[in-house]
Amino acid sequence: MAKKIFNKDTSTFFIVIIAYLAVELLLKTGNLSSLMTGLLVPLCVYVILAISLNITVGILGELSLGHAGFMCVGAFSGAFFSRLVGDSIAFGGLRFFLAILIGALTAAVFGVIIGIPVLRLKGDYLAIVTLAFGEIIKNIMNVLYVGKDVNGIHISFKDTTSLGLDPDTADVIIKGAQGITGTPKDSNFTIGVILVIITLIVTLNLIHSRTGRAIMAIRDNRIAAESIGINITKYKLLAFTISAAFAGVAGVLYAHNLASLTALPKNFGYNMSIMILVFVVLGGMGNIRGSVIAAVVLTLLPELLRGLNEYRMLIYSLVLIAVMLLSWSPAAKTFRERYLGFLTKNRKKEVS
Amino acid sequence: MALLEVTGLGISFGGLRAVDDFNVIIKQGQLYGLIGPNGAGKTTIFNLLTGVYKPTNGKIILDGENITGKKTVDISKAGIARTFQNIRLFTDLTVLDNVKAGLHNEYKYSTLTGIFRLPGYFSNEKAMNEKAMEILKVFDLDNEASLKASNLPYGKQRKLEIARALATNPKLLLLDEPAAGMNPNETAELMETIRFVRDKFNMTILLIEHDMKLVSGICEKLTVLNFGQVLAQGETSEVLKDPKVITAYLGE
Amino acid sequence: MSLISYLINGLSLGAVYAIIALGYTMVYGIAKMLNFAHGDVIMVGAYVVFTAVSGMGMNPYLGILIGVIACTVTGVLIETIAYRPLLEVSKLAVLITAIGVSYFLQNVALLIFGADTKSFTSVVTFKGLSLAEGRLTVRGETIVTIAACILIVVVLSLFIKFTKPGKAMLAVSEDAGAAQLMGINTNGTIALTFAIGSALAAIAGVLLCSSYPALTPYTGSMPGIKAFVAAVFGGIGSIPGAFIGGLLLGIIEILGKAYISSQMADAIVFGVLIVVLLVKPTGLLGKEIQEKV
Repeated sequence: MAKKIFNKDTSTFFIVIIAYLAVELLLKTGNLSSLMTGLLVPLCVYVILAISLNITVGILGELSLGHAGFMCVGAFSGAFFSRLVGDSIAFGGLRFFLAILIGALTAAVFGVIIGIPVLRLKGDYLAIVTLAFGEIIKNIMNVLYVGKDVNGIHISFKDTTSLGLDPDTADVIIKGAQGITGTPKDSNFTIGVILVIITLIVTLNLIHSRTGRAIMAIRDNRIAAESIGINITKYKLLAFTISAAFAGVAGVLYAHNLASLTALPKNFGYNMSIMILVFVVLGGMGNIRGSVIAAVVLTLLPELLRGLNEYRMLIYSLVLIAVMLLSWSPAAKTFRERYLGFLTKNRKKEVS
Repeated sequence: MALLEVTGLGISFGGLRAVDDFNVIIKQGQLYGLIGPNGAGKTTIFNLLTGVYKPTNGKIILDGENITGKKTVDISKAGIARTFQNIRLFTDLTVLDNVKAGLHNEYKYSTLTGIFRLPGYFSNEKAMNEKAMEILKVFDLDNEASLKASNLPYGKQRKLEIARALATNPKLLLLDEPAAGMNPNETAELMETIRFVRDKFNMTILLIEHDMKLVSGICEKLTVLNFGQVLAQGETSEVLKDPKVITAYLGE
Repeated sequence: MSLISYLINGLSLGAVYAIIALGYTMVYGIAKMLNFAHGDVIMVGAYVVFTAVSGMGMNPYLGILIGVIACTVTGVLIETIAYRPLLEVSKLAVLITAIGVSYFLQNVALLIFGADTKSFTSVVTFKGLSLAEGRLTVRGETIVTIAACILIVVVLSLFIKFTKPGKAMLAVSEDAGAAQLMGINTNGTIALTFAIGSALAAIAGVLLCSSYPALTPYTGSMPGIKAFVAAVFGGIGSIPGAFIGGLLLGIIEILGKAYISSQMADAIVFGVLIVVLLVKPTGLLGKEIQEKV
């Protein structure tokens, strides 16, 4: 079997780079609306989220409905760090790099803490518990107050005054439901794309490694995987943690694109987790390139439909239902095979 | 010397004594058959040997090491590999990757090495590919290496399962009804393969089978199980002549 | 005294969760799918009743009847059009479709009724009770909600135990394939389950909005999720489980709000769910399933 140089993986990088260059060109020539320009960093955020959730859902085969919770952890820890060090690290690039590391690490720690109990459960029970953890994280962020003064860092779950800060040097960084304000805007589209590419490299390399095979073996048949000496708990936790860490990275990127960061149901609630899941399922489970494309298309779709005003979300929902029915139902499959066979004829059953 | 020595093995589910006082000694390089009517407890014994179930009593010694009550993963590392009655392949992985998954504990490199493609990645992957292809060749599956496992025909799926088990470099190979669902030609071919595996790798094999032609054709020794207890044990030809065995199989 | 009044409020909220959870648990038991749009059917029911009673001045009982019929039809339509083609293909595909349906219902409501909060007029005319020399008042809504919940659980249990369609539901939830071979119309049974679940959702919507009158297109989604949590908590697929799970969840939520932190109430509810599932992985009354090797 001759190795194809232009395989699925390389094509994914190709797509990302071409898209990046195209957007940069549009930006330079001033042909991109301000609305679209504002969407560029969020697009990268969603792409990273979709890829990282695909590690849990597609590669490990466990349904998670709490991915936004890890994003939330990453966003707040990263933004907290940037606010804390402020201008003591004058070079924004370095500060952001450190914030990314901290966000990823904190989300990974949460991945381990949550993964240990959660991964003992199966199927829908696992799904609902991840949803529960996601909601808890969001909820706690809304009552968390953190401030600093000369004496160091103070934490409270009540209000600002109970932080007991020294009035002259007080700086309340996390203000409960008001979140974090004044995070330096260290992110931009180029950084976002770099992070997307890093996520892609790590994820694709993971899939093609000994670890990735072990994880996918567990997904396909847990009992058989155990019988050939694969440590189920270890690899499940590893996959879950890596997935969480990248959700954290997405969160840091998200936080550094906003002047004020708050934990709302809209951005860190289960609705967000579900939206990311929609990207993954529509793109194809385990299909990383699919996740990238689905995240981009589905994020842009409501914007492209903006001309339709109030009908756009309605149409979006109908498109979602229609796509699911057309791509999954047996009747539609038979139809495709019978009448549209020429589209797929050249594709062998091989997997590269 | 005995490679596997099982004494007084038993397990109860609730009040049911599924396996009772099971004893067996299997020598290095032996092809050993475990037969008996449906529900006699054959697969339960496999599950006990591989740690899927914890025995209520008894002792399992593999190559001098006591593996009684150990976890499945540790038993795999200790040297027992198995196949399943209802085929359990990694359906969405390629044929090659199924075998490479079996090599998991033979060629080790860390997750970080894999993610960042450090030098250890390439050398290990290359060695794994070569080893996996070598095993696939034994089973005449090397041409299908890049196919998805679920796209293989049934008979080849059975073979791939054996190939994957062999990849773990076991001391003892357990085959659970390897010929189930095969036609006579496929069964004959499978018999050849099993014998070849034993000779080439000097493998010790314990197999459960209903196909008497296969059993009498390749097994040197037999244990017959009925209602969780050993009914007869010994040289294949003698056991099959045993009136008790004939009664258990054909009824009164 | 305040503890007792909190407990009663908790029971009332819990009774609403229980009614919604019954719908969830029945659908899950039969179709093995998470119907994420179930919560939005509640909202549909509430809007229909709101329009009929407050908008057109209909008799509340007639309004409720229309609401129940509207939800039943909606539920069956959703099942036949959006879920049925995918039910046997992939659970995850149905889950995503259900999310699509949920968005769809919310946006239809948004188009028709707008985003502003409608103030739902309680359908309960009953005054309520004043106990312990006026130190403890129990609202009429509370009494009606709890009574309705108990009635529904009893009727539903009897229906499943003693009627033919009820037994068919039980059979399909046990093993759909075998039930079909036994001559049970599985598609019809699934549709019936959706019909009953949606009718219950309509009732839950009316009761919920009678106690908490703010009605928006998103009214159903959080109670929907909470009810789902209640169903899992009690052991999904089990009717007594949904009942107990719903009541406990309501009580925990209200007590949590009162004594621990009003902002942390949701976190407490979800925290309890996690603890229960870790101790008993299939919920309080759920059956354990062993995987065969």
